[in-house]
Amino acid sequence: MATMNIIQAVNDGLRVAMRKDPRVVVLGEDVGKFGGVFRATLGLINEFGADRVIDTPLAEAGIIGAAIGMALYGLRPVPEIQFADFIYPAFDQIVNELAKYRYRSGGQYPCPVVIRTPYGGGIKGGHYHSQSPEAYFIHTAGLKVVCPSNPYDAKGLLLEAVAQDDPVLLFEPKRVYRASRGEVPEGEEFRVPFGKACVARAPRGQGTPMTIIAWGAMVHTCLEACALAAEAGLDPELIDLRSLSPFDEEALCESVKRTGRAVIVHEAPRTCGFGGELSATLQEQCFEFLEAPIQRVTGWDTPFPYTLEHAYLPDPGRILEACRAVASWS
Amino acid sequence: MTEPTPSVPAVSPVSPGDTHLLRVLARDGALVDPASDPGIPDDDVVRLYAAMLALRVTEERMLTLQRQGRIGFYLSSLGEEACSFGVAYGLEPTDWVFPSYREPGVAFWRGMDFQSWVDNMFGNAGDPVLGRQMPVHWSAREQSIVSISSPVGTQIPQAVGVAYASKFLGHRTVALAFFGDGTSSEGDFHVGANFAGVWKVPAILFIRNNRFAISTPYHVTTAVEHLVSRAHGYGITGVRVDGNDLFAVTRAVREAADRGRSGGGATLIEACTYRVGAHSSSDDPKVYRKEDEVQPWREADPLARVRRYLEARGLWGDALERSTSDAASVRIIEAVKIAEKKSHPPLETAFSDVFAHPTPRLAAQRDACLAHVASGQSAFGRTHP
Repeated sequence: MATMNIIQAVNDGLRVAMRKDPRVVVLGEDVGKFGGVFRATLGLINEFGADRVIDTPLAEAGIIGAAIGMALYGLRPVPEIQFADFIYPAFDQIVNELAKYRYRSGGQYPCPVVIRTPYGGGIKGGHYHSQSPEAYFIHTAGLKVVCPSNPYDAKGLLLEAVAQDDPVLLFEPKRVYRASRGEVPEGEEFRVPFGKACVARAPRGQGTPMTIIAWGAMVHTCLEACALAAEAGLDPELIDLRSLSPFDEEALCESVKRTGRAVIVHEAPRTCGFGGELSATLQEQCFEFLEAPIQRVTGWDTPFPYTLEHAYLPDPGRILEACRAVASWS
Repeated sequence: MTEPTPSVPAVSPVSPGDTHLLRVLARDGALVDPASDPGIPDDDVVRLYAAMLALRVTEERMLTLQRQGRIGFYLSSLGEEACSFGVAYGLEPTDWVFPSYREPGVAFWRGMDFQSWVDNMFGNAGDPVLGRQMPVHWSAREQSIVSISSPVGTQIPQAVGVAYASKFLGHRTVALAFFGDGTSSEGDFHVGANFAGVWKVPAILFIRNNRFAISTPYHVTTAVEHLVSRAHGYGITGVRVDGNDLFAVTRAVREAADRGRSGGGATLIEACTYRVGAHSSSDDPKVYRKEDEVQPWREADPLARVRRYLEARGLWGDALERSTSDAASVRIIEAVKIAEKKSHPPLETAFSDVFAHPTPRLAAQRDACLAHVASGQSAFGRTHP
């Protein structure tokens, strides 16, 4: 096992996928010699050549449109959208085309494209380098959406995505791209299954039980909040959702039925954020087990601010406040 | 449109000033440019003409069925049939085609099952896309024809991606995308043309310039006289062709395909034609254009000139015209009878093909839907007993 950060794990995952399957190609802006603006594709062009690691024109609709064509014809394209904030020119290609191809063709044309894109704030990226647009895509029938919080899951989810016969969006938490480090089997193939959450902090059996649900970079913010919560006599179980569509309804409900309290945390704006769907699902499935109304801690319903980003993003203090609220509700 | 200056060689097809119109067959059926004649064997010209005629009969019937309320929607290729058949004949049968709307001719030439095409108009259980889209949005994988989409232009970068994959894998496959002059205003056209240029892939961007984006005429959407001049800006070959001339379209497409296969990159073909009919069954062109504008184009009919060509050679006549037309009528009437007897696609197919395998959530929703319909309380159950 090697210790890697998320960038290195993604890079290793791409290398493993490309060595295993000659149909896998990578395309995007600056992914070739430069290795991508975050270096996730660094060195791939040396091993696999410029026709498998393709520097494209600067046009997201073209990147995804061409990737769709490649997939229809039998390749396994893994396009990179440089920042999730720039995915919107490709929105039509993703939502109306990629997501619908299998269905609208009566199953004649599956379209296995894996879109990788860094998302999220906390990096002084301002409005156009900080957004968390996952909900748009979770809302779209025909897309799978995953979001790792750590290097092991980043590689495992990427390899699972490439093995899928369905289109997948992989949102990579750029705030912790380098800060999150962990053991990852290097050069090997392993997969993290879709639709399975994991426990990022197990309850300790001391204090008021509750379930915190998060994904991506927010898992790390929630871990900080969990430490504060433990000091305050609370005992959260932190669930890292990992896979957003499909999501692990069973694991969430099992936990919330046990703890009776739920706090959902995400960076994206509150209104119609994925937390709303999770909250509604828990309310439907766990109503008689709930000790308190479900709390959401989210970005505000504003555009993502530059200077004031840490007032926008959920922080340990706000999460702790929500934990206290579910613990003390009566 | 500026004329080429003397310092610019005007013969290169990528010259911005070269908007020469390739025409082989005159309206009277004579060869006006024998040097450009693709040399289609007589037997094939007969087959092509018969197929064009059968298509026209079929599409007339479809519009009638729509007016009678028996199908929900139709889009006709009336007057533009030479584009479909020129492409179908100019390409190899395994080349990939992304249709826009008006290309059933390609599917029929390539042998798409006629009944399944008719079933698509009814969205019944025999529809290859299981009633999931409006009529005219069929898909024919066996014929290397890709599923049809309503957001126009999306197929252009996709075709370029297919061409990239073909080149990457060392295949001979060419990918052709059909679209209209209206669609050439979409970003996806410009993006796709640029990718095609920089990747130098075997793609053909085939503009069926029928002069209308629904009601909006060409000059309202486009500031250049000829769309073919766009090719120069993307570093691809441009060819302007009489879209009502089966021979010229065949010639242009065959050359473009050969160029693509031999590493010469992509071609933009502007096929100049005219939408003689309405945009769709939901459109009424009398609101925005006068009949005297349409009349000259009726006289430029793509079928008439092939018929004259054949008649001059003693290969066609009234008897064949009648028997071909009658056979097409019988075929469509019989197919419609069969289609109207077929039931709707099985209810559970509303939930299949969203993914390769349904997610737990989707499976639960499918079961809930089936249970609701089975309960007899569903609006669907009342409309589809």
